[in-house]
Amino acid sequence: MSKHRINWYKYAAPANFYPLAGKMIPVFAIPAAILFVVGLYVGFFVAPTDAVQGESYRILFIHVPAAWMGMFLYVLMAVYAGVGWAFNARLASMMATAIGPTGAIFTFISLVTGSLWGRPAWGVWWVWDARLTSTLILLFLYIGFISLQSSIDDWRRADRAGAVLALVGVVNVPIIYFSVQWWNSLHQGATITKSSFKMAPSMAAAMLILLGACWLYSIAVVLVRVRYIIREREQEAPWLAEATA
Amino acid sequence: MLEVINLTCVRGTRRLFKELSFSAESGELVELRGPNGSGKTSLLRILCGLAMPAAGEVRWNGTRIRSLGEEYRGSVAYLGHQNAVKDELTAIENLRISSAVCGSALDKKEAQEILKRVGLTQQQNLPARVLSAGQRRRLAMTRLLTSKARLWILDEVLTSLDDAAMNLSREFISEHLKQDGIAIVATHQDLSLAAPRFQRLQLS
Amino acid sequence: MFGWLVWRDLILAWRRRADVLATLFFFIIVVSLFPLGIGPERETLRTIAPGVVWVAALLASMLSLGRIFGNDYQDGTLEQLLLTPQPAYLVVLAKVLAHWIVAELPLVVIAPVLGLQFGLSQNGLAIVVVSLLLGTPVLSVIGSVGAALTLGLRAANVLVALLVLPLYIPVLIFGSGAVQASVTGSSPQAWLLLLGATLIVSLVFAPWATSAALRISVE
Repeated sequence: MSKHRINWYKYAAPANFYPLAGKMIPVFAIPAAILFVVGLYVGFFVAPTDAVQGESYRILFIHVPAAWMGMFLYVLMAVYAGVGWAFNARLASMMATAIGPTGAIFTFISLVTGSLWGRPAWGVWWVWDARLTSTLILLFLYIGFISLQSSIDDWRRADRAGAVLALVGVVNVPIIYFSVQWWNSLHQGATITKSSFKMAPSMAAAMLILLGACWLYSIAVVLVRVRYIIREREQEAPWLAEATA
Repeated sequence: MLEVINLTCVRGTRRLFKELSFSAESGELVELRGPNGSGKTSLLRILCGLAMPAAGEVRWNGTRIRSLGEEYRGSVAYLGHQNAVKDELTAIENLRISSAVCGSALDKKEAQEILKRVGLTQQQNLPARVLSAGQRRRLAMTRLLTSKARLWILDEVLTSLDDAAMNLSREFISEHLKQDGIAIVATHQDLSLAAPRFQRLQLS
Repeated sequence: MFGWLVWRDLILAWRRRADVLATLFFFIIVVSLFPLGIGPERETLRTIAPGVVWVAALLASMLSLGRIFGNDYQDGTLEQLLLTPQPAYLVVLAKVLAHWIVAELPLVVIAPVLGLQFGLSQNGLAIVVVSLLLGTPVLSVIGSVGAALTLGLRAANVLVALLVLPLYIPVLIFGSGAVQASVTGSSPQAWLLLLGATLIVSLVFAPWATSAALRISVE
């Protein structure tokens, strides 16, 4: 066995991961806060006003990173859940459980900001645009995952049942996305048109900075949540008493 | 031969047993004892392959049961707490359908013969719903007679049986052991069975 | 084995036919509520008919999902089924087939009658039947995943809806799209092909997920 592998296994054990995660939280949380401030400043004060949409387009700096995070995190959650199930790796399953709420919150934020953006752009709060509709369904998938896991008392079963559901969900996401797209194009629904919109370099910068901030925030928050989950599940383990003493 | 190697079972945050090892050979009876909640049922379910142990493994003739899959399931008969008897079906339908689903269909004659052995001839056309607890247990026991399994895994096999039925199940088990079968039996009562090989396993 | 298992489930359903009829009447009642809620204008009804029939079919099949494995789980038959020397995949497929015959096929049969209430043309009615024939097996087989995951849980019935309804969306879109196409006079062929493809893909993959979920829930 190579050294690398042994090392990896060491941190895959909750007892070793717990203190490590504790140390890593500020490493991600502080840059996340800084990037948020910088990104919002660039987005709101540096980026130019759009010729067509005026100031209202600026909500995109939150909407787009949140929408991306919602999708990324679902896939990541499914991967962790699948790894945890296939290799009986407890920590990976805990990561999946911890990612769920964060992903759901980002998806929710992207829905709310999408609807706020829709108001000035189309004059209504909600349109059955393909992207909004698929995001709504993604939120339903998150809700299913979270409520399934929270209604199972035995966490071993919760982990594995969640894995099956997340994997089924992740296989279905492209099918759902495609079907909604097709449905939308046939009903000539509204679509957010990108053609009238020119992205200035400072806009792209703001969006990327905020995306980075969202990633760092997600990692920090997931680590916090994993520590809670470890503490809950390993209540009786002697190492925990030492670690929290 | 059944081998159990360093088996650990965890339920919730509680560890039921740790690094349990034993083996059982042809003609051996393993009597599993222990107070309520000591993990007897959990152990039996791990042995069937229904549950996964937290650590350790179970081998059948030297191969892990996980990799044997269907082949192993074909050599196990499990009688759990629940009878797996369908209320809506009559006794004889229950017997015939469950053995057909397991891959050995019985004709009506054969089925009646088996019901006679467990003393359910009178009840054969009654829906299982109206049978008493003991009669349902007897009906569940017929599953052992129709299966060709080498390994019998029996959970509290004597509960809610009258004396006659208890003797009947003892008779079935010793017959099975004589034919080189293996039986693992969780029980609170003494089985008082003469077995070619015998071991008692105490969980605490 | 496969045939015996299907046969057993059909006998059981026959002896509890009240359950089966309840699902059917639920479907009929839900569909009949829409004209009362929306108004009897023929044009409106014809426009909403595809969606109404399909949504009601989704809800009705949701109601019966708990029965696929629920009774077998409670009386211990399910663990015996998982211990048979057959692949769990086949066990699941047999149970799903029986569920489809018992719970979905009656909906397919009654749907044209309900379609008449909505003023669908003969062609439209035919497409309702064909799309339901292709789509309802998908509902059964995807639903079986949710049913297996929620076995024995508190509030399993509500939970199964949360898990399964989002996964039903493509079927809803393709199925009602086919009917809609025939109502507006275009060809429903593409929609039906998509439904067929969904059926094949879900029959190949979903039973794996269901058998994995059953092993998890039985443990």
